[in-house]
Amino acid sequence: MANAVSAPSTVPVGWPHRHLLDLERLTSDEVRLLLDTAALFKEATGGCRQKLSVLAGRTVVNLFFENSTRTRTSFSLAARRLGADVVDFSASTSSLSKGESFIDTARNLEAMGIDAVVVRHSTPGTPHLLAQHLHVGVINAGDGPHEHPTQGLLDIFSIREHVGDLRGVTVGLVGDIAHSRTARSNLWGLTKLGAKVILCGPPTLVSERWREFGVEVSHSLDDIVPRCDVLNLLRIQFERQNTRPFPSVREYAHLYAMTGERLKRARKDLLILAPGPINRGVEVTADVADCPQSLILDQVTNGLAVRMGALWLICGPRSAGDSSEAAAAARHI
Amino acid sequence: MTKLLIRGGRVVDPSQGIDRVDDVLIENGVVAAIDGGGSAEETIDAGGLIVCPGLVDMHVHLREPGREEDETIATGARAAVAGGFTSIACIPNTEPPIDTQANVEFIHQKAARADACNVFVVACVSRNREGKELAEIGQLVEAGAVAFSDDGAPVADAELMRRAFEYCRMFDKPILAHEEVLELSRGGVMNEGLVSLVLGLPGMPAAAEDVMIGRDIALAEVTGGRLHVMHVSTAGGAALMRAAKARGVRVTAEACPHHFTLTDESLRGFDSNFKMSPPLRTAADVDAIIAGLVDGTIDCIATDHAPHAREKKMLELDRAPFGILGLETAVGLAVTRLVVPGRIGWPRLVEAMSTLPARILGINRGTLRPGAIADITLIDPDCSWQVDVNAFQSKSVNSPFHGWTLQGRAVATIVGGRVKYRLGS
Repeated sequence: MANAVSAPSTVPVGWPHRHLLDLERLTSDEVRLLLDTAALFKEATGGCRQKLSVLAGRTVVNLFFENSTRTRTSFSLAARRLGADVVDFSASTSSLSKGESFIDTARNLEAMGIDAVVVRHSTPGTPHLLAQHLHVGVINAGDGPHEHPTQGLLDIFSIREHVGDLRGVTVGLVGDIAHSRTARSNLWGLTKLGAKVILCGPPTLVSERWREFGVEVSHSLDDIVPRCDVLNLLRIQFERQNTRPFPSVREYAHLYAMTGERLKRARKDLLILAPGPINRGVEVTADVADCPQSLILDQVTNGLAVRMGALWLICGPRSAGDSSEAAAAARHI
Repeated sequence: MTKLLIRGGRVVDPSQGIDRVDDVLIENGVVAAIDGGGSAEETIDAGGLIVCPGLVDMHVHLREPGREEDETIATGARAAVAGGFTSIACIPNTEPPIDTQANVEFIHQKAARADACNVFVVACVSRNREGKELAEIGQLVEAGAVAFSDDGAPVADAELMRRAFEYCRMFDKPILAHEEVLELSRGGVMNEGLVSLVLGLPGMPAAAEDVMIGRDIALAEVTGGRLHVMHVSTAGGAALMRAAKARGVRVTAEACPHHFTLTDESLRGFDSNFKMSPPLRTAADVDAIIAGLVDGTIDCIATDHAPHAREKKMLELDRAPFGILGLETAVGLAVTRLVVPGRIGWPRLVEAMSTLPARILGINRGTLRPGAIADITLIDPDCSWQVDVNAFQSKSVNSPFHGWTLQGRAVATIVGGRVKYRLGS
């Protein structure tokens, strides 16, 4: 079946980067280009269901130093939908347990002739260090609490599908902002596209200093619910906390869980997002997670679209006239 | 023994209030005269150079014994003279820690064999650096220890710290304190602030340092002990020091070149060469450290030279160790950051890098008085040079200043009347 939109043949000239490491340092045009490219692939694959061959012959490595099922599966599927080969490499099965440094591990993989590395690591900046040491493209699939650019993009993509233009849209990011890479990537991406961002949670998880970036900080979910067009409910990352930042899960849920009761005081068209895996009963109750305004499952599908777009921009062929840094580097190899 | 004449340099010796162009005559390893006269078998033309009492770095990690892959006493001592230092004090967080007479003696012997600069030994405050009971401080003093420190870690137990101040008082030895409340900085890799917030890196708040400085000032005050605060990095710490000195508490402090040069913005590239403890702070802190050096709140400059083998720094930020090289860039950074912009003059710089560290350690150095041991550093104040870690004498290369262009460099280092280092030879 022919789709209305066909896949592009070369990477657009407006994309000058070899890597996708964070959203903070991208321009708003580059964020838009990522989203538009994702939309293109979503349509060209009939809603992320069909397979293309635009990256045939390319090999993508999923280099995961931290456990992940959903993100890795999503990247693998996205690469395969574009025709690329995928290798999964996880730290537990590697020589890392024998004391090899992560840079050596990545260099070894590179020497096997790969085209891109999708990396997840518990330490912020690890993808950036890999990018300095490797010649192939690096995509950050989450570096500790720093950034998770494709997650941020897929959240924004899902919102954009419903509201069109993000300018003036109010998005509440609720929960464990301190330890959330999703929060940071959302914050930068959303503000670059003109959305108003409110960060909400207890002061132990939401620093007042975020105000210095022009975003609103609130410690009361009840206060912000009626003002939000979108709520993105972030998971409490118990595993990254030294000392528990609130007295009990019960108290946290009392103050910050998105419940059916709170939903009644929200706008009718409020959109609910959650990057998952969700702790039902902590950040969000089951009735809200499954309500009609919930985009939780849309997010999963759109994750494929965004990752296809990102993989295409990082390892797709460059047009002959493209003199960008990435094209120059690609010719160099 | 031969005579050595250092001719025509700008002699800067704050211990005697000297700052004039003159000749320095060395005879039998001691300063014979500064009076524009005399002749000698050997002459060094010091025209255009600063001639000052040999520089003293009171905070150096030599790593030996135990971590010779990072540095040895010999390589560290050679790095010291290449940086213009005639004396260094080594910190006892080695493996084993320096908490016995035998270990002190080991360092003295290795340093004598290296035959580069003087190495003075700082010994542990607590036995095995465990922070539980006092080391045998009296016997360590007899072996030659000049000060006491558990650096690398604070003395967390406030009562033990109080006892250490009281006990060291009878030997008139200072305690060099690493000021950090570990509960507040736990897991941290950089300064807690806007940059750590954006990067998602665990932070070490300034309060972790300030709270401990406050505690130790109070303990020094109540005991009459001598507190020397190591590597002050915060505006709050400088303010506490200023207030304590105004009250007459016996406190001194040092600042490191990296803390008056770099800010936490440097961590944006995630390079572990910018990871040290205390961490790089904000621009406001840098300004406060410089102001403290200018008005004397912070007495001296020390490097906290902390070598780590290349492979140890080639790790994720949270796994890479804390530390930065210091010996071979200290003069260049101090001149470039403090003297060239006119924040301090040469007499204050020499005071901060020679006179006062020698006085705090109670060692007979830091002066060109006739009869003093002829430890002398010659500095070219105009020399513009590019830092190249691969040309360092140190065994390690963990300096974030690689490739920087600095002004001011030691061109000759004379220890006990003998030339131990000359640039370019």
